[in-house]
Amino acid sequence: MAPGETIIKVNGLVKKYGNFTANDNLTFEVYKGEIFGFLGANGAGKTTAIRILCGLSYPTSGEIRVAGYNVYTQREKIKSNIGYMSQKFSLYEDLTVKENIRFYAGIYGLSDLQIKEKTEILIDKLDLKEAANKLVRYIPLGWKQKLSFSVAVFHDPKLVFLDEPTGGVDPITRRKFWELIYDTASKGITVFVTTHYMDEAEYCDRISVMSEGRIEALDTPANLKTRYSAKNMDEVFLKIARN
Amino acid sequence: MKNYLGFLKKEFYHIIRDFRTLLLLFGLPVIQILIFGYVIRNEILDVKIAVLDNSKDEVTREITSKILSSDFFILKENISNTKDIDKIFKDGKVKEVIIFESDFAEKLEKYGSADIQLLADASDPNSASLVINYTQGIIANYIKGINKQIKQPLQIVTNVRMMYNPELKSAFMFVPGTMAMILMLVSAMMTSISIVREKEFGTMEALLVSPLKPLQIILGKVTPYVLLSFVNAVTIIFLGYLVFGLPVRGSIILLLAVSILFITLALSLGILISTFSRSQQVAMFISVFALMLPTILLSGFIFPIENMPEILQWLSYIVPPKYFIIIIRNIMLKGADLTQIWTETSVILGMTILFIALSVIKFKTRLE
Repeated sequence: MAPGETIIKVNGLVKKYGNFTANDNLTFEVYKGEIFGFLGANGAGKTTAIRILCGLSYPTSGEIRVAGYNVYTQREKIKSNIGYMSQKFSLYEDLTVKENIRFYAGIYGLSDLQIKEKTEILIDKLDLKEAANKLVRYIPLGWKQKLSFSVAVFHDPKLVFLDEPTGGVDPITRRKFWELIYDTASKGITVFVTTHYMDEAEYCDRISVMSEGRIEALDTPANLKTRYSAKNMDEVFLKIARN
Repeated sequence: MKNYLGFLKKEFYHIIRDFRTLLLLFGLPVIQILIFGYVIRNEILDVKIAVLDNSKDEVTREITSKILSSDFFILKENISNTKDIDKIFKDGKVKEVIIFESDFAEKLEKYGSADIQLLADASDPNSASLVINYTQGIIANYIKGINKQIKQPLQIVTNVRMMYNPELKSAFMFVPGTMAMILMLVSAMMTSISIVREKEFGTMEALLVSPLKPLQIILGKVTPYVLLSFVNAVTIIFLGYLVFGLPVRGSIILLLAVSILFITLALSLGILISTFSRSQQVAMFISVFALMLPTILLSGFIFPIENMPEILQWLSYIVPPKYFIIIIRNIMLKGADLTQIWTETSVILGMTILFIALSVIKFKTRLE
């Protein structure tokens, strides 16, 4: 993909907790409309970085702009322009599918009419007609996941952060889930996704691999495989981790 | 405003869809008030006694009938042998045995004094001393009646009047305490649990990433419990009046206003607890041990603070319900106005501000 408009610009991001450096001088850019994979083992500093980009915590130093806004001074602006989905799905189990949609759309300030129209379209698209008035507690995991993602992009954000969105689901469900992600990216919404699964890394336009707080590699999956002369992303990952 | 209403709607769904929460919110206050009002009593009623009358004369019969005609005692058995006393206590048939010495009336007439022995089952010391006090009271009354007929040279008569609670109803003591306890429980525990639940399910993160400000989130979480606690406060005052005849002699507006202040205090404690707790169980545990126990033990709810060891007395100064209980007793029973409860109200107000400040600081650092 040819570099287009930059949506995330990170220059020298450092985050320290006391003596521990969770993010050590990260520098990268994410372009509008791409699917950007953020890979790394547990504890590599992915979550710390994502929290800073979402405006949940302040960096120790570095220049960071998300959707054109400064993370130090314009957090409110950032928050209304992004979507967020965590591995916990962030749905209310004791609310119905429709009530969850309504609630989240409401806090992002959508009007009643907008919510009504978009809810119908979404429920149609996800094939959730029968479950629309069921409590989320009673719908299958795969559906929850799709619903959670759809809720995160319901307000048409400029970019959406997915923090290990496919944890604990089988490959087929994962594959279906990625169709939703592609669909979203094709509408120009940038997708920033962290994952453990290397098969998923292949689906990304570009990926960065983090290890011990630093970005060790950042390129397209094809380029990375060539550079590390690896058959698949698994090997790439192992080779980076060993060095 | 619109997203605030949406938030409230969601909170009410949480509450009405959880049976346990509903039960705790609305069943508990009623049950607590009735239990504390009826079961825990400092007065006695229908205590079973036995009488060993060695004299069986006019005077002993009159005293016995005076004792039995009060509502406090029921004659279970007349015994004739001191050997039976031990057995009758051990069987648990009676709580008190009254023994008149022989030739009671004659001695009283001749020497101006005669002996009654009162034996009480002191395996339960509190009720034993109550039983003895009541019996002595009745006997003393009887003697006073006789003495009236005889002209006495010098007399000091004590005129006792129990102010504000002439019948010494224990409900008058327990209802305010229960009110403090329930408001504490509902407001602090339920709020902390409901906030921590959002953390557990990861929905708190989603809320924090959204354009909602932390203050809006907290207000949204807290508002339903302010309303529910207020409903509870009114229910308790109403029940106290209806079932136990507990009056509200002071201003009801003042009473409700102070209740809202106390609810706010409890809610700020709940928020503070939620910032410490990682799971709902922890929040519940902290609420019970840090809030409920002091409320029951150190607030003057059941045990008078004046009788405690000095160190506990000092400790009681930092137990918020202590001040609330003083305030509501003063308003309800003594009809106090704001000028008379100003000190305690200021303390509650100060504590509320302190706890809110602490939770805000804690909430902010957690985000970092």
